Amino acid sequence: MRVTVRLFARLRDIVGVAQLSRELPEGATASLLWNMLAAEHAGLAAYRDAVSIAVNAEYSKMSRRLADGDEVAFLPPVSGG
Amino acid sequence: MGAPLFAVTRDPLRLEDLIQAIGAQADGGGTTAGAVTTFLGLVRSENLGRQVVRLEYESYEPLAIKVFERIAGEVREHWSTPRLALHHRLGSLRVGEASVAIAAAAPHRAESFAACRYAIERVKQIAPIWKHEYFDDGHTWIEGALADPDDRGAREDAYKRACA
Repeated sequence: MRVTVRLFARLRDIVGVAQLSRELPEGATASLLWNMLAAEHAGLAAYRDAVSIAVNAEYSKMSRRLADGDEVAFLPPVSGG
Repeated sequence: MGAPLFAVTRDPLRLEDLIQAIGAQADGGGTTAGAVTTFLGLVRSENLGRQVVRLEYESYEPLAIKVFERIAGEVREHWSTPRLALHHRLGSLRVGEASVAIAAAAPHRAESFAACRYAIERVKQIAPIWKHEYFDDGHTWIEGALADPDDRGAREDAYKRACA
């Protein structure tokens, strides 16, 4: 299955793109997707315990099982206001 | 069409748009609101000893709108009647420009003040919005709260601040 990844703020700077696409095995979780990206981009390691996740524009958990076509957003600590 | 209750926008914020959106104008329009509290957050010239030149805001826009709706729902759970409008600016803002605008209407002032304060605390905790600060000799992302809308402690903290 294929998912779209959205990256924001410093996470986007680390990875170098705001959006990318990844092929994942069936049943893959958001956590597995994060680990794939972290293996490719060392700078993400610092965010292991400081990242929020949204699937299809709803807050979710790292344990969430992903489905084909999902949009998965990784969000660093927020600073609105 | 009138202004929306909830918005992320690159246009300058106007408090009158939010007041109109919650339907609480002083025009005898049959509203039950006896009070409107508004909040305008501005770009400050100084942060952590740095001379701020401008801020650049970005957002995960569809989630931000859902989060604003969620905050309005939480406000209704706490105070039963207040109506809330919430707009956040995106893009490049100079010092003194408004980054966030909130209006809360309620029958009485205590609830409208509390709802407005609660809303800005929750925006800072869970809205998927980020600011990139440009100061006189550099720039940096500002990272505040790890956004978790189900964190009961954070929500209680916002409620305590609102009622302090």
